[in-house]
This record gives sequence, C-alpha cells and structure tokens, in this order.
Amino acid sequence: MSLGQHGTSEGRREMSGLPQAVLVRRGAYHDSVTLMRVSRALSELPGVAAAMVAMATELNVSILREMGFTVPESDPGDLLIAVRAAGLDAAVEEAGRLLAASHRPSGEYAESAESGESGAQPPLTTRSAAARGPAGLVLVSTPGEYAFFEALDAVEAGLPVMIFSDGVTLAAERRLKELAEARGVLVMGPDCGTAVIGGAGLGFANVLTPGPVGVVAASGTGAQQVTCLLDWAGVGVSHVLGVGGRDLSAEVGGLSTRRALRLLDEDPATELIVLISKPPGAGAGSGAVAGAGSGAVAGAGSGAVAGGGAVAGGGAGAGGGAARSLAGEALSTPLVPALLGPGAPDLTQATEQVLRALGRPVPEWPCWPARRGPRAAPKRIRGLYAGGTLSAEAAAVAGQGEFTDFGDDAYTRGRAHPMIDPALRVEALARAGDRDVVLMDVVLGHGADLDPAAVLAPAVARTPATVVISLIGTEGDPQDLHRQAAAFHEAGAAVFTSNAQAARHARSLL
Amino acid sequence: MTSLLSAGLLSAGLLSAVPRVITVGAGVLDEALRAQAVPTTPVSWRPPLPGTAEALAAVLADPRRRAANELAVGRLTGARPYLVGLRRASEVLAAGTFLHAGPPITWERASGPMRGALIGAMLLEGLAADERAAGDALAAGAVALRPCHEHGAVGPMAGVVSPSMWLFEVRDEEHGGTAYCSLNEGLGKVLRYGAYGPEVLERLRWMDRVLGPALAAALERTGPIDLRALIAQALQMGDELHNRNRAATSLLLRELAPAVVEAAPGDAAAVLRFINGNDHFFLNVGMAAGKAATDAARDVPGSSLVVAMARNGTDFGVQVSGLGGRWFTGPAGVPDGLYLGSYGPADANPDIGDSTITETSGLGGFAMAAAPAIVRFVGGEVADAVRATRSMYEITLAEHPAYQIPGLGFRGTPVGIDVTLVARTGLLPVVNTGIAGRVAGTGQVGAGLVEPPVEAFTSALLALAEVSK
Repeated sequence: MSLGQHGTSEGRREMSGLPQAVLVRRGAYHDSVTLMRVSRALSELPGVAAAMVAMATELNVSILREMGFTVPESDPGDLLIAVRAAGLDAAVEEAGRLLAASHRPSGEYAESAESGESGAQPPLTTRSAAARGPAGLVLVSTPGEYAFFEALDAVEAGLPVMIFSDGVTLAAERRLKELAEARGVLVMGPDCGTAVIGGAGLGFANVLTPGPVGVVAASGTGAQQVTCLLDWAGVGVSHVLGVGGRDLSAEVGGLSTRRALRLLDEDPATELIVLISKPPGAGAGSGAVAGAGSGAVAGAGSGAVAGGGAVAGGGAGAGGGAARSLAGEALSTPLVPALLGPGAPDLTQATEQVLRALGRPVPEWPCWPARRGPRAAPKRIRGLYAGGTLSAEAAAVAGQGEFTDFGDDAYTRGRAHPMIDPALRVEALARAGDRDVVLMDVVLGHGADLDPAAVLAPAVARTPATVVISLIGTEGDPQDLHRQAAAFHEAGAAVFTSNAQAARHARSLL
Repeated sequence: MTSLLSAGLLSAGLLSAVPRVITVGAGVLDEALRAQAVPTTPVSWRPPLPGTAEALAAVLADPRRRAANELAVGRLTGARPYLVGLRRASEVLAAGTFLHAGPPITWERASGPMRGALIGAMLLEGLAADERAAGDALAAGAVALRPCHEHGAVGPMAGVVSPSMWLFEVRDEEHGGTAYCSLNEGLGKVLRYGAYGPEVLERLRWMDRVLGPALAAALERTGPIDLRALIAQALQMGDELHNRNRAATSLLLRELAPAVVEAAPGDAAAVLRFINGNDHFFLNVGMAAGKAATDAARDVPGSSLVVAMARNGTDFGVQVSGLGGRWFTGPAGVPDGLYLGSYGPADANPDIGDSTITETSGLGGFAMAAAPAIVRFVGGEVADAVRATRSMYEITLAEHPAYQIPGLGFRGTPVGIDVTLVARTGLLPVVNTGIAGRVAGTGQVGAGLVEPPVEAFTSALLALAEVSK
C-alpha cells in the first residue's frame, strides 16, 4: 500500500519554516505499541522536527492539534501519519516502510521466496488459533470493544483466558464468566494487567523467584507491588492469577475469584494465598469491592484467615471471611486478604503480614533518598500514575493532592499504556511547577518499557518539581532495578520500592 | 518447578501438554512471552468490519448460536446427495413463471445477459414471435420472475428456467430434501450467458427432445448416482467443481454411458458426444448437489451460517440459516479474470449466477487448492490457489468430512461460511466464476474471480443481531 494513494485527505502546510503533513490511511489498523515505536523511530530521524503515527482517536487528534498539526477529517478507525520535517517526502516514505515492516509476518507465516511456496495462513481469530493445536492459555489485548469476541472463542474452545484489555462491558464480562463456569475454565480479567502462571509472566509481569505464595488479584499493580516486595524479602511466588477489577462486584459475583482460589488451593506448590482487591471506587464503576466486602460475600466475618492458617490483620478481617465464603467451602490453604480500603492495611503492610504468617523476617524496603531537598517549599502533591491501584493507595496514604491514573481507559484509547509509552507523563512532568511534589510510579517487568529511565529520568531532571518515585520491580526484571533506581536518583528523585512509603515521604515534604 | 500449566490445574488436563499461549492484540505482550521462552501462537488480528462491532457482540452472545451453527453445518456436511432422475420444469413450476439466478429481480433492473436469457426462454416456449415482442411482453410482466432458490432449484449464470426445460433431480438421502438444476448447454453462445440466437434455440430444442429423455431413461437404469462420492473423487482428480468440472464430467459419463446406449440406442452417440464435448456438463449436477446440502442447513434459529450466495447480474445476495428466506444484497461486482479472444473487462457483465452454491457448500474457490490446472484464474501461481483455500478456513465453521484436498494432506475443504467470521476477519468468500458479456446475446467472455459485496454479509449480520435480541 503506497502512501501516495492517500493524498486526497492530506493536510499540508508550513510551520516553523518546516513543511508538514498529516496523511490519513482509511481503515488501516496497527496496534498502539507498534504505532508508538514507529512514531519514535520516525522522530529520531535526522531532519524530523516532529512525528506521530497514531489511530485517529479523539485523544490522538487533540494531541496532534496541540503539536500544531492540521488534522484532516478522519474517524477512529483511520490511521494518521503526521510529520514535520525538512525532507518531508523522505520521512513520509520512511513511515510507510516502517509500517509495512511491522506488518510483515515472521516465522512460520513468512513467505519463502526461494521455494515460491506460500506461507501458512496465520490465524485471524482466536477460534482459528485454538483449532490449530494444543494451547494452554489465551492472552487477549485487543481494544476493549472487541476483546469479548476473542475471549469467547477461548472459552468456547475450553481454554483459560487472560483479558488484558479494559473497556469490556459488564454484560460481556458476566456472559463470559458464566460460560466459563459451565466449561470449567478460568477467565482472568477483563482489565487484568498481570498474571504469572508456572513462572511465565503474562501482560505486565515481574520476574519472580518461584516459591510458596499464590496470589489472586483483582488489581494488577497491587499484585505487582506485593510480589515485588515479597521477592525482595526472599519469598517466592507460585502463581499470580488476576481476576479483573470488577470480579468481586455484586454483578459478577466473584466467579473468577472463586475459581482462582480453588485452583491455588489445589496447587501443591502454593502454601499460602494472598487475595488482593482494589480499593473501593478504584474498580471500574459499580462500587466493586464495597459490595464484596459487605453484602455479596461477607457472611462469616469472624476469622481473618480462612482454612488452616493463622494470620490476622485488623481491618482485613471481614475480607478474610469474604474470601472464605467466596471459595464456597473452607480452603485448606491459609489465606491473607489484602482488601484495600479505608482503615485497611496498605499493600506494604499486607506484604508484611504475609511474611509474618510465613515466619519470615520483615526487611527494610530499599529506598534511595533524594540527593538534595526541594528547591522551594512544596505546596501540593501531584500524583502521575501508571497503575490504578498504586495511584489510589498513594492518594489514600498521602491524604491529599491531585492524582491522575494515566492507565485509565480515558488515556489509553488508541495509544499504548503509560507503562510502555511515557509521552503523556513526560508532558505532565514538564507542566509541573516548582512548588509541586510529583509522586509517580515506574513499573518494571515483562511487557513494560525496556528502559523507562531513558525517557523519564531526563524529564525528571528537567522538571522544576520535587519528584518522588515508587519503583515497582524485582532484581530479576529485564530493566535492571538497580540501574533504573540509580538513573532516577541521579536525576534528582527520591526513589522507593514501597509505594506507601513513597507516598508518606511525599506528604512529609509538604 | 511445579507449575499450574504443567500440572494441568487451570482446566482439567487441557494444560498438561504444551503450555503454548495464544496471543491476540498488542504485539509487545507476545514478544514479552517469547522473551521468556514461552511458545506462542500470535493471532493476526484486525478490528472487525466497520459498523459491525455492536451486532457482533449481540450475535456472539446469543446462547443459541454455538449449538445452532453446529447443527446447521453438520447438516450441510452430512448431506448425501444422489442424482435420482430428470423432470420437466413444468412439474415444479407454477404456470406462467420463469425462474432466474440470484435474488429477486425485475425486468427493469435486469442486466444484459439476464434479459437475453429471458428473451431466449420466451422464444423457446413460443410465448413471443421475436426478440422485440419477447422484450415487450417481459417488460409488461407477462411472465412472473422468481428466484430459482425459492423453488428448490439453482441455475448457472442467468439461470433462467422455463416450463419446458429438463431439470436434474437430486435427493439428499440423509435429510430427504430435493434440489433441481437445469442441463448444461456447453460453452460459447448459450442461453445461460444471455445468448438467444437460432443456434442457441436449436440446441435447447435438441436438449428438450433428445438429451433429456435419453438421460431420464438412462438414470432409470443406473439407479441413483452417489454425488458425494463422485465429487470427492473429482476433487482428488484436480477439479474444484466450479470453474473446472473435467474430472467430474468424465466420471459421470463413465457411470451413464452404458445405460444411455441401452436406453436410447439411436441417440446414444449424439448424447455421449454432447456430454463429452462439454467439460462443464457436471457443473449443473454438482450445483444441485450443493443446493440439496445447503437447503438441509436452512432455518436453524440462531445460526449465522450462510446457506446461499447467488447473483442475478445486478445484485449479489446472501441467505443465512437463522434468517429464513430473507435476502441480503449488495451490488454484484465485475469479475477479475482471463478473457476469451479479444474480449476485455469493458465487455464484462457484473457477476451473475447461482453457481456460487459451490462455494457455499465448500467447493469452487474454497477448494481452489485442489485444482492447480486452473490457477491462472486466481492470479497465476499454485501458491495463490493454496493461499485462497487456506484463507477460507478462517471464515468457515467446518472442514468437509468427504471432500478432501490431496495437496493439503487430504484436509477437508473449508465449508460453512459464518457471517460473524466474515465480519470479524474482513475476509470475503473467494468466488470462482464465469464472466458473461454485458450485451444481451453475447455469451461468455471469460472466467475468473469475483469479490462479493461486503454489505451483503454485514446487513445479514445486523439482521441476525435484531433477531437475537
């Protein structure tokens, strides 16, 4: 497909002395991560002043306008190629080449030029992929409005499915989970950001040492915080099963949580189960956990730990009962609930409960204090988060400030998640003032940006604000925890591995 | 390490073998798994056809869909069509009615070849003295025009059936249905391509007087001929049963020849020479077999299976099992292919004929990989034919248990188009076809491939969504 054919809906004009153009490719689809990479590669070309290749969503169109581009009429199903460059035509041509390269099939689906044989037909649906041979799991990360189709294929094929996508309707989630219940398969998600199964990390997943703790999580970043701290304390993890932020709502009724708890209970490698839920209001709509904590699942509020265990934790007591009744019958594996909310322990405290339950010492959580104090007396906290639960936890601990969850639907429509694409948070850092304390998370692990400090640390160094970073990762993560911490520390930030401690520190600066 | 995957805990043994992960969506999550040495099967995913997301959600969530489709496609692939005899069209037609290919059409909207064939039928039936009178009578509505499909019949190209014509009768011994198709006249200037000159009418009269009775008598001697077995053999001999019927015609001729000699000794040489001289003689028999099979799959509530694709030279129409007799149409496209002699694309009529019943029943373009001899119709290389067939597994519900392709390791042909899969993949059925001249009376000008209009499938999907609510 040549770019020339799309010249009809092209907006061309001069700005800052450089020629620029926005081309529309009708109905061309590329995933947001691919587009971010193409945009980045294009921006780095000599002579290119600005470039963005993105689906024409409302958000992306408004970003392009802010960048000074005139965007031709288009709809969210169209691809926009915006370039401002000295050698405009060459840059546009390069954009076409990069896009074509990203679409070229690889491996078993590649064409063999030598033999003239056609490559195998790649599967176009999950249904087709599932029919091709044994598979253990399906990982769905399409835009949310289409995730139901693929997840349904998985369930109908009898395969467990992790739905990374958010924006799946409640009705679709219920239908999927009811079918899954009938088929006896686990549905993780929707909006399930992380899972670790048998050592394989799915979605955003940290590299964890194998060990005795199994996690059932309605919150992805909550699970990442707990497991990363456990890893630092020398306690490994058997599996992390995500269930999606709405699973514990009255409407869904905890179908996936029940199944996940049962699976871990039967798993010989799992000696203790941690159940992590989102704080009330952090779930997508419907007051998710409030319902779980009280009506739908509470019942037996007495014992803190279900089954044979012995761990208690103040405000989490009711949650333990909830989990027990969720499981339908007493679990034989001890359970520590981390049901976030007012009066409940934070994620770090929940992790410490787990360690005590296992009879393990609680270590100091690593932190790297800022090299110098604030330039001016800070007046307010600005939370710039990629993780929803981390954001809510920090807001609760700090007790004040203005928090933005850039991982929310509103910011990820047609663009990559902030754990992959730092652009929106880089802009936010640039806008922060010298009386601000910017509190932000940087999440490492598989699936996340391979070097977040490369772009974010210079932005941290440039901002006049005081920066406190909550660095969620393990020493095994591909990004190198210590190198990332050092880079942010060098850039002037205070770095914490406990998000709660980071939030407390931010508050102490005011 | 004890793992959930290897312990098979996640879903009762399903995970015990290979912990392969199917990934669909963002490539970065697939890469992350590969970086951990986890084997993956990435889905080459695209958003569904524009405007279909809501309807897809409704249709896919319909609790009847899965079982309904299993039942419908099971009936389609389980049909056992037999050629049982010949009948006069007047036995199955209401008086004063002509049948035609495709969805319903009026004389006003009819294309050149459709008008030509209707004129020819008027002349053949003695309902008009000449071309002009025939046209006037048709324009005045002297004859009712009805789709073949609504009378258990199919017809290639214009598909015009008038009362005096002979029809093949095919019975589905599995489900009891009966389907009909006219007799193939051969290539060149023929009625089905809209030609109605004296030689065309002369041939039709000979077919009426000699061929029909001889074949009817021969079939009484042979008894029912198993078309499922015959088609299965022909596929293994290089036919795809739409644009290539050479093997199937030869096999049928072998079955019929002794009986024709016995039943009609005086005409046997002429009859056998006629059949032998037309490589497409079997097409009409195969189409009736396809019609019998697809009709068995009709009227299953909740099913999104396509049970008919047909063109009248103006519109391309689709019928879906769960939607009864309703037609969903879009403009018929002009085929892309090879042209005879000095004809070119400017001479071509838009797509026409019921012969897409072959694709609907898992043959024709869907079985292209079986017919390397005619790959030039689909772009020139054997690899293109293989690719065409392989792609059709993405939009079909089953693989045919009897119709197999040797070159694909005897894999069953892709069969049972699902409108939800068409919408999800954006992949349209591959259709092989002959190309009719656009001027009435011209006849065939070429053969090739044609792309069905996407709106025929999307409007069917939207209608399914309505009834699934």
